[in-house]
Amino acid sequence: MSLSREQLAQRVAQELQDGYYVNLGIGIPTLVANYVPDDIEVMLQSENGLLGMGQFPTEDEVDADLINAGKQTVTMAKGASLFDSAESFAMIRGGHVDLTVLGAFEVDVNGNIASYMIPGKLIKGMGGAMDLVAGADNIIVTMTHASKHGVSKLLSNCTLPLTGKGCIKKVLTDLAFIEIKDGKFHLLERAPGVSVEDIIKLTEGELVVPEHVPEMSFA
Amino acid sequence: MAGFNKVVHTYEEAMAGLEDNMTVIAGGFGLSGNPEGLIKEIKRKGTKGITLVSNNCGTTEHGLGILLFDKQIKKMVASYVGENANFEAQMMSGELEVELTPQGTLAEKMRAGGAGIPAFFTATGYGTPVAEGKEEREFNGRNYILEEAITGDFAIVKAWKADTYGNLVFRKTARNFNPLAATAGKITVVEVEEIVEPGELDPDEIHTPGIYVNRLIQGTFEKIIEQRTVRSE
Repeated sequence: MSLSREQLAQRVAQELQDGYYVNLGIGIPTLVANYVPDDIEVMLQSENGLLGMGQFPTEDEVDADLINAGKQTVTMAKGASLFDSAESFAMIRGGHVDLTVLGAFEVDVNGNIASYMIPGKLIKGMGGAMDLVAGADNIIVTMTHASKHGVSKLLSNCTLPLTGKGCIKKVLTDLAFIEIKDGKFHLLERAPGVSVEDIIKLTEGELVVPEHVPEMSFA
Repeated sequence: MAGFNKVVHTYEEAMAGLEDNMTVIAGGFGLSGNPEGLIKEIKRKGTKGITLVSNNCGTTEHGLGILLFDKQIKKMVASYVGENANFEAQMMSGELEVELTPQGTLAEKMRAGGAGIPAFFTATGYGTPVAEGKEEREFNGRNYILEEAITGDFAIVKAWKADTYGNLVFRKTARNFNPLAATAGKITVVEVEEIVEPGELDPDEIHTPGIYVNRLIQGTFEKIIEQRTVRSE
């Protein structure tokens, strides 16, 4: 079975480490905040100008002056700080954020990512995504492995306009956890019940498959 | 003698001198931290041909989006322009020119513009459509593109509190691009919720010193929330 949105978030959360500053993109990445293990502390960065993002507010706590990068109302966690957009992207561009999680339309074997524009169809803009992929060393891309029609999104060359060049090393799809190095995809883990053959079939770019591919575990 | 008193009492005074084909830099992130009264005054004046620099262009009905009703914007420099049907229509028809700019690069362009730095190198956008036509340079084995600073004929800014000298304090994430916009306008106009006397703000608490501010007006704000999200308990 392919992973649910919640399982994708759970698997990403397993990569969190104590003391990490983390930027979570809109969509599935946002759900990762729900699965931070109890025995570690992480601090969430929201690129509109908040480090130490808390949970969503109660009805009484709603404050129009306190939102996240998805423009949702939020609260501040203990030890939070506030700053302007230049400071926020200094943190990001300067490589001070330990882990960035964001979505994509396509990735390829050279670590290129396309996530912000479908010419003629979707032209909304990149927001902070180009800064995030250029600035972070440790990025996890969460995405579906293929389209509904079975067209692979893990390619030898991205076909859509790029968000960043050569900057992606880890991809978690609904089928597999994959590392990108030396111009190839490397299969690290597979979703429970998903066969290696299925993953090979839906991966257009060159995929290196080790002899044993463990199933992801969701203890 | 006005001295350092920047306070004006009407929106006409606040936006006096804004003419067709000028560049306006606006603070705000979505509808958060918007100088609402100043935007409405630009709409009322009917100024045309504006090059507008702001992270977003409001929504279909609110914020900077209202300047699209009468097609007042010629060119938009922004990082994200979703959530606005008029924007999409005018962009697709070619009436509105759009320069998509990464959010961090946009913030830095304003900061640099206000700080007298004409351009800077950044890795953001290298190898993407953003890099087209821009100088590239390698530093320490990494590739960067040259991005030019932005200044505006006007900057419109929303702050929480100010003293009459134009020293500004912002509130929570409504700060966003506002302090950067404030530095980058030839004429910087700030709309605030509360104006106090000089000396009432702790100098250590001031986010933007009054030197950047030309005009100050007290406004009232709707503060529309785009994505009201609450937890149940």
